[in-house]
Amino acid sequence: MASAAKKLLMDPFSDNNPVTIQVLGICSALAVTVKVDTAIVMTLALTAVVTLSNFVISLLRNVIPSGIRMIVEMAVIATLVIIADQLLQAFLFDISKQLSVFVGLIITNCIVMGRAEAFALQNPPKESLLDGLGNGLGYGIVLIAVASIREILGFGKWFGMSLPFGENFMGNGLALLAPGAFIILGLLIWAQRTITKHVEE
Amino acid sequence: MELLSIAVKAIFVENILLAYFLGMCSFLACSKKVDTAIGLGFAVIFVLAITLPANWAIHHFLLAPGALSWIPGVDLSGLDLSFLNFICFIATIASMVQLVEMILDKFFPKLYHALGIFLPLITVNCAILGGSLFMVEREYGFVESTVFGISSGVGWLLAIASMAAIRKKLRYSHLPAGLKGLGITMIMTGLMAMAFMCFSGIPLDAKEGNPPVPAKAESSQETPEQTN
Repeated sequence: MASAAKKLLMDPFSDNNPVTIQVLGICSALAVTVKVDTAIVMTLALTAVVTLSNFVISLLRNVIPSGIRMIVEMAVIATLVIIADQLLQAFLFDISKQLSVFVGLIITNCIVMGRAEAFALQNPPKESLLDGLGNGLGYGIVLIAVASIREILGFGKWFGMSLPFGENFMGNGLALLAPGAFIILGLLIWAQRTITKHVEE
Repeated sequence: MELLSIAVKAIFVENILLAYFLGMCSFLACSKKVDTAIGLGFAVIFVLAITLPANWAIHHFLLAPGALSWIPGVDLSGLDLSFLNFICFIATIASMVQLVEMILDKFFPKLYHALGIFLPLITVNCAILGGSLFMVEREYGFVESTVFGISSGVGWLLAIASMAAIRKKLRYSHLPAGLKGLGITMIMTGLMAMAFMCFSGIPLDAKEGNPPVPAKAESSQETPEQTN
């Protein structure tokens, strides 16, 4: 793989992670991370949407009038999200019930809109596709990390499998509630930024 | 009484930001100054109060299963257009925001300038779309939707205004480099969410003559009743 393409794909994993560095898409990173399986489904849905929306918007980039580009982007994204939602309801009904409104909220997830605005409008389709894929997966890594911590602390399980904690393990309910999510993500951001030496002024 | 319970629930117990994580992006980006935070908060209340009833009408008269049966002459009661919810809601929100912007510009120029660039930004605030989607999921009626919209907005305003006040003080504290900015803001939000959880002990449904509603009716996976 050419190094430019590799950079596009790999950068969002750590150095330019959409959640921890670019501060995009925090809402769903917290809401769907009670269990690992919902986090993975959400990652797949978002990655598919952001990859395809980047690709489509990049194909259209020379014909979209700049005055109404937001509306065009919205229409493309909303259509893709509807398709994703219908597919989830058809094949993964239980998980789509657990994700409740958050599948629909991919429309307003800043990652999708942000990458369309910041990247796909200026770059050719192939690069945009890779950028979308990289950002979707970078988002997924954070999601799965948060979900793993929350599920292990809260239920003593990982991906639905019991872990050998013994009978005395008491699930920590706070990890499953909203405050736990905020604090775990905050600590994760701290760790990640210490490693990558990213400092906010 | 029912409406009051919805309002208290949306503002305190199930704060749209602190319990459902909606509107985090603008919450993090615009909570650096107290007055901009309050301006944005009021804009959110305003837009939520308008879009929720509008989206309720669209859902109930056009998109819900069998909703089109009011059209005389043709039998459309089997038609289910609810898969179009997302795109219609977001279009309504975008156009309502545009409309509000124009009305404010014409009649209340002062308020318009105070809100500035925040109005167009609200289109992509997930709290607005989330409000509409919750309304559909919880099957609220027209009045209930309006109350829910306004009080969700008030809850959001409360959260962002207090966060802005905290961040103002935080600026003078010595933090580890990696924790500055986003990291400490998330942790502070977590502590705030914890404080707001205290409200969840208030019994809102248990009143005389009305049997208490079982807690499982809540849609969220985040409620304490379900996670225990």
